[in-house]
Amino acid sequence: MAKEDRLLLEMSGISKSFSGVRVLDDVSFDLRPSEIHVLAGENGAGKTTLIKILSGAHTEYQGKIFLEGKRIRLRSPQDATSLGISAIHQDLAVVDSMRVLDNLFLGREKTRHRVWMDFRSQKARARKILEPLGISLDLEAPLCDYPISVRQMVEVAKALASKARILIMDEPTSALNETEADRLFSLILRLKQQGCAIVYISHRLEEIFRIADRITVLRDGRLVGTVRAEDLSPEELIRWMVGREIRQQFPERRAHPGEERLRLEEFFIPDPSGKKSYVVEDVSLRLRAGEILGLAGLRGSGKSELLNGLFGTYGKNVQGRAFLDNKPFRVLSPRHSIEQGLALQTNDRKGTGLVPGLSVAWNIILPSLGNYSPHGWVQEKKTDSAARKKIEEFDIKVSSPDQEVGTLSGGNQQKVVLAKWLQTQPKVLLLDEPTLGVDVGAKHEIYHLMNNLTAKGLAILLVTSELPELLAMSDRLLVLHRGRVQAELSREEATQENVIRSAMGEGSIEREK
Amino acid sequence: MMDVRDIFRSSFARALAALLFVVLIGALFNAEGAFFRWDTHRDMLRHISVFGILACGMTLVIITAGIDLSVGSLVGFSAVLFSILSLQKAWSPWLAIPACLAAGFLCGLTSGSLVARFRIQPFIATLAMMVFARGLAKWVSGGKKISMAVLQPDGTYKYTEAPPVFDVVNAKILGENIAVVTLIFLACVFLCWVILSKMRWGRYLYAVGGNEEASRLSGVPVAATKLFAYGTSGLFAAVAGICQAAQELQGDPEAGAAYELTAIAIVVIGGTSLMGGRGSIGLTFVGAMTIGTLEKILSINAVGEASRLMLTGAIIVGAVLFQMARKR
Repeated sequence: MAKEDRLLLEMSGISKSFSGVRVLDDVSFDLRPSEIHVLAGENGAGKTTLIKILSGAHTEYQGKIFLEGKRIRLRSPQDATSLGISAIHQDLAVVDSMRVLDNLFLGREKTRHRVWMDFRSQKARARKILEPLGISLDLEAPLCDYPISVRQMVEVAKALASKARILIMDEPTSALNETEADRLFSLILRLKQQGCAIVYISHRLEEIFRIADRITVLRDGRLVGTVRAEDLSPEELIRWMVGREIRQQFPERRAHPGEERLRLEEFFIPDPSGKKSYVVEDVSLRLRAGEILGLAGLRGSGKSELLNGLFGTYGKNVQGRAFLDNKPFRVLSPRHSIEQGLALQTNDRKGTGLVPGLSVAWNIILPSLGNYSPHGWVQEKKTDSAARKKIEEFDIKVSSPDQEVGTLSGGNQQKVVLAKWLQTQPKVLLLDEPTLGVDVGAKHEIYHLMNNLTAKGLAILLVTSELPELLAMSDRLLVLHRGRVQAELSREEATQENVIRSAMGEGSIEREK
Repeated sequence: MMDVRDIFRSSFARALAALLFVVLIGALFNAEGAFFRWDTHRDMLRHISVFGILACGMTLVIITAGIDLSVGSLVGFSAVLFSILSLQKAWSPWLAIPACLAAGFLCGLTSGSLVARFRIQPFIATLAMMVFARGLAKWVSGGKKISMAVLQPDGTYKYTEAPPVFDVVNAKILGENIAVVTLIFLACVFLCWVILSKMRWGRYLYAVGGNEEASRLSGVPVAATKLFAYGTSGLFAAVAGICQAAQELQGDPEAGAAYELTAIAIVVIGGTSLMGGRGSIGLTFVGAMTIGTLEKILSINAVGEASRLMLTGAIIVGAVLFQMARKR
């Protein structure tokens, strides 16, 4: 066991403050060779800060870092890379317009006489890296031809090309479907066999217990503990993370559906990218007040596109009939949909959900600003008190309503998104991945919120890639497959097996090809 | 206790710091005390006003993450148009001024619709408008300066009186201390402040610049917001053109060349981000003071044009770096 006790990396007594607020307090963390070490904790627990210190992005901190027993001090991300520490962030650091090959060696190009690109030896090295990982890619193809999962693997390979011994992965599966995630896990296991140490951050319990050798839990910037994965149960892990008991992962759901709110008949949505003809074909559905209708399906099944198409994200170019409160509803634009009582929480907070540089208050008011600005004059007192009320109601943790929304943690940002849509007093709420990248505590709050809202008569159309969440929160399920309704399942019929079977297309008669 | 660095974190304080930096240079190179005389600064205010007016419109456009390169040419076009209408056609200023403002507004709307409806990049769309409007100015004027000497059908020149509106715009009030153009500049600053901080459209400008797609999905009329920004910029360019014509007592089709660059420099040195979504008109006002003072320092020290241009470039970089250093 002597070999296992040898530490590859040791961080001890790490503390860090941001403008007087202590975000890390005397945290210790270590890594052994050939180990997958999961770093767990709620949003705001200090995980990201810790790995930013480790990857050289934060250079001011207290405490010591040892690499193979030698004290090191990282002054930049380049420092970290040259020592074999590479971080793969949620926002991938790849250049989509460049070739796979160029991306693999970006910043550390192989050259002759320091000037001339040496593509031949780059290619040879690229094959040497990719082959043992079981990845076959066209090195000459632009990276944007590949899906996001492949781009992520390219980033892993890029780290290996720079001889990384320590890989830091921050929620790498958040943008992947299950098959893609499986492929990533086998890649991670292969890296482990090759002697890499991996720091892995994730909010998904099943995935943590699937790959972790050891788990370190942080809470409020402090170390709760480090244990071997087999010595910790999922319930204990949650308790460690939140510091309080959460008995059930999901609150009980009691639905009392009322009048019909939304009805779609033979709804078709053309592909916005123009690649295939339709992303949603011939979908009919009914949604009643107080009801949560879940949309299940694999990535690309058209569930997210159905929400966006209905909301008007792709413009008025949809076919079919829609009725809101039994009155014909025409899809024109997001603005029109909002006026008619629809609200869409998109699956991309930073890209389409929030204006990160604006304040929390401005973001909350943005969709309903028209109601607060007669003749164009903004009624500041009213917007201010409305925003404050929502911040209180949703328990959004801010220093003031004027704080920039981009500086909040993921869970708080998501609450701002929900707050801004509920401020418009919608009749139908379209939720696309409401708990994506959100910690356990905030997830719980969002589930309770959904229950409270439906109890007051709101109708919710729910899309989520987390199956347990979908099953627990939906009153009924529509399973989509290739843009069509494959099955409609009641709450009782909706088991994981049933849903996956339909989502993968079983029972459909495939006449094409 | 408040950290001193926190004060510098506010972008307004950083803009003031850049101004202070330039004022210190002035105090150092004071040209035998000329820098400490009030009339030096009075001249500076008057001189910078036309650029400041352009910078006001530019601020709105830059907040939407755009840029407007056409304002310099629009100054030339509206200066010519105003001179033709007032001097040659002898229109009443009550007609001539609105006509010029409408023309500038329409040109701005045209660039705006190229950006908003046809999704041409702002740089390209307004570059095209810059070239087009300069051509328009030369076409309308026949390539000649429009002055008080009006060519008669028989080939002789008749000298007209400049209408009173020229004197009004060119006047200085309060004991010759404040120029009317400066007052117009201040009025533009005030108008932009009202738009940006009190009106719905102001919030839409910030939202579109901060995240266009999120704004669209939140029901913000993105295209109309951009039209508003570029239209207002064109309108302010026309205001500046009228002031320019009144100051020069003529409409020069070459007037305003490269003014857009000074206007952008004013906005940027104030601290409004070219990335969009951030900034304010107060910053632009401070920026105008910074650039104005800088140019004045160089002129009272009788720095030759070649060195003046090179020094201006270097000092702009210095001031912007100075701001960024405080940010970290």
